[in-house]
Amino acid sequence: MFWIRLKRVIKSGWINFRRNSVVSYAAILVTTITLAVVTGLFLFQAVLNTAIVNVENKVDIAVYFTVNAPEDQILALETDLEKLPEVASVQYISADQQVLAFRDRHSNDYLTLEALDELGNNPFGGLLQITAKDPSQYEAIAQVLEGNTTIAQTNSQIIDRINYSQNKTVIDQLNSLIFNARRIGLVLTLVLALVSIIIMYTTIRLTIYMARDEIGIMRLVGASGAYVRAPFLVQGILYGAFAWLLTNIVFLPLTYLAGTKLTTLLGINLFSYYTSHFFSVSGLVLVIGLLLGMISSLLAVRRYLNV
Amino acid sequence: MIKFVNVSKAYPNGSVALEDVNLEIEKGEFVTIVGPSGAGKTTLNKLMLAEEEPTEGTVLFENTDINTFNNAQTTRLRRRIGMVFQEFRLLPNKTAYENIAFAMEAAGKSDEEIVSDVPHVLQLVDLADRMFHFPNQLSGGEKQRLAIARAIINQPEVLIADEPTGNLDMHNTSEVIEILKKINDLGTTVVLTTHDQQLIKAVGQRIISMERGRIVGDDNKARTTV
Repeated sequence: MFWIRLKRVIKSGWINFRRNSVVSYAAILVTTITLAVVTGLFLFQAVLNTAIVNVENKVDIAVYFTVNAPEDQILALETDLEKLPEVASVQYISADQQVLAFRDRHSNDYLTLEALDELGNNPFGGLLQITAKDPSQYEAIAQVLEGNTTIAQTNSQIIDRINYSQNKTVIDQLNSLIFNARRIGLVLTLVLALVSIIIMYTTIRLTIYMARDEIGIMRLVGASGAYVRAPFLVQGILYGAFAWLLTNIVFLPLTYLAGTKLTTLLGINLFSYYTSHFFSVSGLVLVIGLLLGMISSLLAVRRYLNV
Repeated sequence: MIKFVNVSKAYPNGSVALEDVNLEIEKGEFVTIVGPSGAGKTTLNKLMLAEEEPTEGTVLFENTDINTFNNAQTTRLRRRIGMVFQEFRLLPNKTAYENIAFAMEAAGKSDEEIVSDVPHVLQLVDLADRMFHFPNQLSGGEKQRLAIARAIINQPEVLIADEPTGNLDMHNTSEVIEILKKINDLGTTVVLTTHDQQLIKAVGQRIISMERGRIVGDDNKARTTV
């Protein structure tokens, strides 16, 4: 009997969905807008995160070494630093590479290059560029290098200067900016998602409000609450499923266009991101669509079942 | 079979629909409840179907107070009572066939029973050629015959018809009355409510008169306290 009832409920939901075509179109349209907002917010988060990561990558701590600092000691320090849990990467730039880069930067500045030549020897020391896993961890890394630690004590003779203190204000401001951007992004996502959900729920409620007499009749001819409710549940699922399809029909070409035209500006190829995260992003949007359709229908029907 | 014991019904706005009604309807009877608009006939029907609850008193179906029923019990009660409404109350998005099939599906009937019984009952009410028409494609008389077909498809023990001829012409009215009489002849208890005096003559049998929420006359006074 369960399978027969299930078959009847699905058939009835599908027939209602088809016959109330105007109402179904309206519900699908509103649900599509909701899902498009949710998908858009996922993509916005991806763009925001990429932007943040790009900025984060531009920040580092530079440790400048004295001219005579032995390279093996610098390399040993590099190995020690790489072992720190806060450190994402350490890049060693030797004194020779430094002077080459200097010459390159000032290739048109003969006076400077002449002055460098007159010195006779390389005035630059080696350099370690340290990137932290999180910008808030730079302070801890600087502590390891400057504070009362074994690493600091062992290497104090060869370290000329550390640029952390000079960059501290910029790093702090960046930290606060990143924190606020993430928080604003999250609040914006939640508010927009909530508004869309309320609009969608109201629309589905209106579609069911139009069927309230029908619900009453069904109860009076002996249908149980569950048997009346179930086809509306199917309709809710169909709204969610069709809206998901429409959302993808809109977003696949839109992200493709963004991928070909806006990748440099956004710092991320949205089409590659959308297709590579299809199951996590679009799959989640599908689940949201189906759940919203079902929950809205269930809540809306409940009001009219007390006959 | 159905018993009203000291039943009163008042609405929150203060209007009193029924006042101290005592009534007993036996199995197999054809009872006509007559009275002007506002006499309380429709409220009486709603109480029998547990669509509303009395403010005072009890409504019994086979000696059980139907207002103590939970949702599932109320659903089972409604499957034993067929209801025909004045305004038809058909499902607008379902065809004539589907309207009747829905009542059978709700009662848990098999697909085979539905396929065999629905055309049969539509033939009985002379709607075989309207099987796949929607309610808005049917005339008033056809809609009412369809509503009767839906009400009797599950062979209910009681059929309540609330002003079933209110929107019909003379020809359709006598057709509906004939159908109700036939149903009663087959053993179903029929409760018909009307304000039409002409109709009462056509029906005959037990007549209960109502006015301002009270029973003011009953052909079978031995069973009714006025």
